[in-house]
Amino acid sequence: MSTAGSPPPDRPSGGEVEHRTYLCTGCPLGCRLEVDAVDGDVVEVRGFSCKRGDAYARQEYTDPRRPLATTVAVRGGRWPRLPVKSAEALPKALLSDVAAYLHTLHLDAPVKLGDVVAHDVLGSGIDVVATRDLPADLDA
Amino acid sequence: MISDRPQDLRTDYDVTVVGGGPAGMAAALGARAAGAERVLLLDRDQEAGGILNQCIHAGFGLHWFGEELTGPEYAQRFFENVLEEDLDVLLGAYVLDAAAGDGVRVASPTVGLATVPSRAIVLAMGARERTRAAVRIPGSRPEGVMTAGFAQKLVNQEGYLPGRRVAILGSGDIGLIMARRLKLEGVDVTGVYELQPHANGSNRNIVQCLDDFDVPLHLATTIAEIRGRDRVEGIRVAPVGEDGRVDVAAGDDVACDTVLTSIGLIPENELSRTLRLRMDPATGGPVVGSAMETSRDGVFACGNVVHVHDLVDHVSQEADLAGRSAGAYATGSLLPEDNVRLVPGANVRACVPHTISTDRTHVVHLRVARAMEACTLRLGDVHERPLRYAVPGEMTTVKVRPRALEGFAGGTLRVDVVPREEGVKA
Amino acid sequence: MERHDVAVIGAGVVGAALARTLSLTRTSVVLIEAQSEAGFGTSKANSGIIHAGHHGDPATLKGALEWPGNQAWDALAAELGFAFRRIGELTVAFDDAERAHLDLLEARGRAKGVPGLERWDAERVRREEPALSHDVVEALYAPTAGVVNPYEACYTLVENAVRNGVEAHFDAPVTAVEALEDGGGFALQAGGRRIEARYVVNAAGLYGDALNALAGASGPRLRARKGEEYLLDKRLQGYVERLVFPAPSATSKGTLIIPTYDGTLMVGPTAHETDDKEDLTTTAEGAAEVFEKVRRLAPGLQPSDTIAQFAGLRAVAEDDDFHVGATDVPRWLQALGIQSPGLTAAPVLAERLVAALAEQGLALEPDPDAEPTLPPPVRFATAEPVVQEALVARDPAYATMVCRCEWVTEGEIRDAIARGARTLDGIKFRTRAGMGRCQGGFCRLRCMELLERDAGIALPDVRKHNPGSWVAIARVDGTPGREVTS
Repeated sequence: MSTAGSPPPDRPSGGEVEHRTYLCTGCPLGCRLEVDAVDGDVVEVRGFSCKRGDAYARQEYTDPRRPLATTVAVRGGRWPRLPVKSAEALPKALLSDVAAYLHTLHLDAPVKLGDVVAHDVLGSGIDVVATRDLPADLDA
Repeated sequence: MISDRPQDLRTDYDVTVVGGGPAGMAAALGARAAGAERVLLLDRDQEAGGILNQCIHAGFGLHWFGEELTGPEYAQRFFENVLEEDLDVLLGAYVLDAAAGDGVRVASPTVGLATVPSRAIVLAMGARERTRAAVRIPGSRPEGVMTAGFAQKLVNQEGYLPGRRVAILGSGDIGLIMARRLKLEGVDVTGVYELQPHANGSNRNIVQCLDDFDVPLHLATTIAEIRGRDRVEGIRVAPVGEDGRVDVAAGDDVACDTVLTSIGLIPENELSRTLRLRMDPATGGPVVGSAMETSRDGVFACGNVVHVHDLVDHVSQEADLAGRSAGAYATGSLLPEDNVRLVPGANVRACVPHTISTDRTHVVHLRVARAMEACTLRLGDVHERPLRYAVPGEMTTVKVRPRALEGFAGGTLRVDVVPREEGVKA
Repeated sequence: MERHDVAVIGAGVVGAALARTLSLTRTSVVLIEAQSEAGFGTSKANSGIIHAGHHGDPATLKGALEWPGNQAWDALAAELGFAFRRIGELTVAFDDAERAHLDLLEARGRAKGVPGLERWDAERVRREEPALSHDVVEALYAPTAGVVNPYEACYTLVENAVRNGVEAHFDAPVTAVEALEDGGGFALQAGGRRIEARYVVNAAGLYGDALNALAGASGPRLRARKGEEYLLDKRLQGYVERLVFPAPSATSKGTLIIPTYDGTLMVGPTAHETDDKEDLTTTAEGAAEVFEKVRRLAPGLQPSDTIAQFAGLRAVAEDDDFHVGATDVPRWLQALGIQSPGLTAAPVLAERLVAALAEQGLALEPDPDAEPTLPPPVRFATAEPVVQEALVARDPAYATMVCRCEWVTEGEIRDAIARGARTLDGIKFRTRAGMGRCQGGFCRLRCMELLERDAGIALPDVRKHNPGSWVAIARVDGTPGREVTS
């Protein structure tokens, strides 16, 4: 498991009640979720109107994660860019670093959908995989 | 693989599908599933998949495939099915003309100009983006004002950035997705400016595309002027009052080199007009019955051609139905008859299909005018049911079963979405 | 260093027409343009009207050249294959005072020999143009008025000139002028080149006065008169079939309804003098003014019908007339203050300039090898099916649809590049690719790729029109792109 679950540095400590709000992304209702936490542990969630909202707020507080989708350079392919994604959602804090890292890669065509482009990217434990086939350029 | 397969075209197609995006591929597969042997899928691009190929983000497939996929994955899975079913596919092909009962005339570098006879035609051309011209922003006409979809293709498929500092007009999902995409590529995004007092995109995109990247969302705000001689140099953003008036004097100047517009989609219906189909001004697409048949025998339509969808899965579902109907029609089956006409009523802008029947189960799609929570959907005075919410940014989809219309002999039903108390029968 | 007999500065319609006329002689000619392609200045934003011949006061040069200019366009269009059609015009009167203007115009026309003028009563106006206001009491009909695509005229004039040996330099603003010793002509600094020419014709449009100053020549001071134009939705094609003019005002022929050659209605222009020679902005006030005026002519036209808008700047001399011919510097000629009806008059302005060059000693000998005609461009969309079949048989690129709104094929775009298009606007104005309802959303990238492939312009160097109007700035991964190479 990655280090991303550790609390952000601005988190209060010493028994103080920390209060955070989130916009629920589960549906267009957009519930304003309120989280109370003490020492990094969620003690109460309010404002949800379904159980998905409750779970979402807890996840957002303890370990927010996001899927990443970007492209990687490919040589000799029918197209110059290969679309890729993180096989699972990445710790939110890692998104920009992973996107920048992927720009240092240069693959050779052909590539198949699901091919691992970067294994355990930046130590996250998560692979980055191709999201389509990219055949070699027949004209090249 | 989503590639060309040179085909010798047949002279006797059962079903020809115009457009190889998510609608067209599902329709072609639906036609085969309904027993059509000779199915042709046409697309103007060099590969099938349509807009999915540039939508590299996740958010597709939960309904159809039961898992969340990116656009290219969704397209490739569908196309692999097309290949497995051995359907005829002609890429780089543009349909010049179509005639109900006769077929289509195509231009393609591999087959030249060809008339393709076909018993049934399925229209699946998708939609195009509204442009700056539709909102008439005064100012100069520098380069750098482009639709979000154009920028998406430029970034994701060509690998180029449209600028270094980008303003986004309109809070549609494509614009929000592009805000995140550009921020991930190190581009500065000055903000998203939305004319309405509410956002058009999904809450998920507001959180994950804007909030996560500190991109401000300015509601009830518009771009009142664009400046720059050769390339965009800046814009004036101004507040919009409740009466819709733009207060230019109260605005701010914002420096940027690019303006992306994300102000909605328009069904691509030139071919529908060539075919002289009955059109619905509310959807911008053809009037369709419950089998997705249009006003012309043997012509079916599906996906964004009929009405702009929010979810590609819904497009595929609707297209599957259209394809199955076209396949059944082409192989000699009668289409089921409809006996109920649906007309938009209170807080309903449009509904699709335009007719249904009292003895089958139908999926009806509505687009409401205003957001409502805890409201009631009413079909005439025959049926009503509670809705948790209905918002303009998300198509409201309801299943109407025969028992909901029990006792109704047919005729016209007004579709209303009203606050819950109004919906209670007297 | 290059040395020529004549340098023509400015590839607007006047400079282009002059270069093309000279190209039919043995004279060595260089055409120098500050912008990226021909006609990208005042000419592109022109209304595209070939005036009927009876508008201008024959006491002025611009008025005197209107009718002879009008008569030159049939032959020119036939030779060069650009779009030109005489659609006729109506000048309408709403009261007796305006009727008196019709009397004046009619008398002028008859004196000049303009044929076919007719007075139409209100009933005839309503029958022929039912969309016009029922308050129109009478109209003067002139069948000789026509419309062209002004950029097509510029492109084909330049293309013909270049095929006949004229050297053309674009992106080459003239920054210095030096008189050669012994009156042997001039050396020009333009776009990093030194170009020598025995004679120079200054057709530099709005910047012609500044250019005269570089040469020490006196000439008119030029001001910009801005005109905003509004293109209306295609569904209004045929709503009005003829050009419609209000009775004229002092500064302009007024705000008009213009059925363009392509059938799209255009309304405008405004006419406001500005000190800013770069001010190509359209304004909310301009739109309001145009629609207020044209709705008086045709009340059914709506601002919401607008699909595109643009502004152009006419170069206006202090005395409001053309200045054409010799200056006080020998061998330095000018064609300045070319406002309306400059497009109409361009072919005869070219003839006058040729005569003025001859007067100053330039020997002009016809070139028997020069070819005055151009092959007509392919237009897949409007071609007959058998012609389409033949095109596709010749080259499958004519079966690849690039612009699906206007039905422009890859073959046509490659032709346009082969004939000189170097920018997206250059492609658009030659082929209509990107002019349709999606405004290039679908075809632009394809056009960029074709510019890259056929003209060797790397994708980040592709631009809309002039330098600075780039479309893409850099590669996503920071590998060398536009910012590094330029």
